[in-house]
Amino acid sequence: MTQPPKSPRQQERERIRRRQAIRSSSVATASTIVFLALVGVLVTTSPGWPRVQETFFSPEAFARSLPDVLHGFWINVQIFLIAEPIILVLGLLVALARGLRAPVFFPLRVLAVVYTDVFRGVPTLLVIMLVGFGLPALQLSGVPSDEITLGVIALVLAYSGYVAEVFRAGIDTVHPSQIAAARSLGLSHGQAMRHVVLPQAVRRVIPPLLNDFVSLQKDTALVSTIGVIESLRQAQIYAAGKFNYTPYLVAALLFILLTIPMARFTDYLSARAARRRGPGGA
Amino acid sequence: MTLLRIEGVWKNYHDQSVLRGIDLDVAAHEVVTLIGASGSGKSTLLRCVNLLETVDDGAIHLDGDEITDVRADVDEVRKRIGMVFQSYNLFPHMTVLENITLAPRKVHKVAQAQAEEQARELLARFGLADKAGEYPDRLSGGQQQRVAVIRAIATQPRLLLLDEVTSALDPILVTEVLSIIRELKDTGMTMILATHEMSFARDISDTVCFLDGGVLLERGAPDQIFSSPEHPRTREFLQRVLDSGRL
Ligand SMILES: Nc1ncnc2c1ncn2[C@@H]1O[C@H](COP(=O)(O)OP(=O)(O)OP(=O)(O)O)[C@@H](O)[C@H]1O
Ligand SMILES: [Mg+2]
Repeated sequence: MTQPPKSPRQQERERIRRRQAIRSSSVATASTIVFLALVGVLVTTSPGWPRVQETFFSPEAFARSLPDVLHGFWINVQIFLIAEPIILVLGLLVALARGLRAPVFFPLRVLAVVYTDVFRGVPTLLVIMLVGFGLPALQLSGVPSDEITLGVIALVLAYSGYVAEVFRAGIDTVHPSQIAAARSLGLSHGQAMRHVVLPQAVRRVIPPLLNDFVSLQKDTALVSTIGVIESLRQAQIYAAGKFNYTPYLVAALLFILLTIPMARFTDYLSARAARRRGPGGA
Repeated sequence: MTLLRIEGVWKNYHDQSVLRGIDLDVAAHEVVTLIGASGSGKSTLLRCVNLLETVDDGAIHLDGDEITDVRADVDEVRKRIGMVFQSYNLFPHMTVLENITLAPRKVHKVAQAQAEEQARELLARFGLADKAGEYPDRLSGGQQQRVAVIRAIATQPRLLLLDEVTSALDPILVTEVLSIIRELKDTGMTMILATHEMSFARDISDTVCFLDGGVLLERGAPDQIFSSPEHPRTREFLQRVLDSGRL
């Protein structure tokens, strides 16, 4: 469908809008440059700057440590990639277990409540140390002893509690009338959950879930405490040997590079969800 | 033949009795309307029949089986009863076609192709053939409610419950929903509807029941109830409806 030509009034309106847009973006650019320059001057003129520059911003140490830290970082990524799907499944199961009302499932429900209470309360670092040092000490057969597996187990335990709560919040936002409609069609509780409640709940919790992913990416560094040679540990090794802290900066940069795309994607999804819920939306 | 028998049904919320010993027989192919002021218990009665609420006394029989028996299989009972809600309650993440075929496929184990074919037939019959692939939020209220009716009858229930299915709609959209209900009556569907549309109730019903404070005060043929109500409370209610211009 072609639109009729724009009236002079509308043309004038759009011309002013364009001019305003150009003006606001140039103001934003200018203020950013001024701000960065001020911070730069403040830092580089401080009395300790030459020393900091040498220990934290040494190009030579950067180049030398990069391969090792990068190698370690690949382990962080692997831990994340293995732990995340398990966390999603376990979190969902725990959330569903909390919603079970039939008396047979009573123990399961209690277990789910205790689980979320405990693992949301204990600091992640503590969980990692307890699992990393405690599990192998039991000397049970079949219990893994390699640090990476133990680290994954600990992160899964620590994060599934959070993720379960996120799922539960999502399930609670689905209006009871949806369940009434599903049940009145003859669907069982399980079928109503599977086909009606969960698809709606999951869509709503994707942004907060991605937020937890970002946090998990960072927390993979915590497994260095139980002896996994990942990026932070590699940086530590290098720093201790050379008395230069630049490798920490390398590790920090790598984490940032990993989380930024995820954070932007989360923003994008939240904005899209907000637009959908916006005026007139469902 | 009696399809549904409601015997002395009570329903309490906290210490308040919302239904006080309701007796009602509905014959096969009969259309019964429940009228009465807001809060008189119309929705509650429908929800009890559909077992969305448990009764606090009395019994309900469908096809001779007591469905309020504590050992009755709730899901099995609901397979035989369809319900349409005031707020449509379509599933927003599913297309019109998916909304309609969900129960036939998952509950009645109809093959997908066959379920879709039947759904498309129903959509065509009620003037919605071009909406099969749409999501509910792209439809008008009247269209959504018509889809909700189709969804409820797609499983070929013995009994259809309709709870104020037009009260969320603009007057213009009301007609299109009412015409589909009228068509269902012509196909012999047994229905119980709660409604504030008095002229429609008068037109479509075989029996009109007046509820007042959880009591079924008066029942009869529409002409009798609307022209010569016996009970003063019924007269008073109809007068109020008349004054507000809804008759
Ligand atoms: N879940 C509930 N908990 C407590 N009270 C309830 C509940 N549902 C309904 N009631 C009460 O039961 C009474 C009857 O409600 P019901 O919805 O059956 O009336 P209604 O005749 O359908 O009214 P309306 O015409 O407004 O839809 C009302 O007083 C209402 O407040
Ligand atoms: Mg009601």
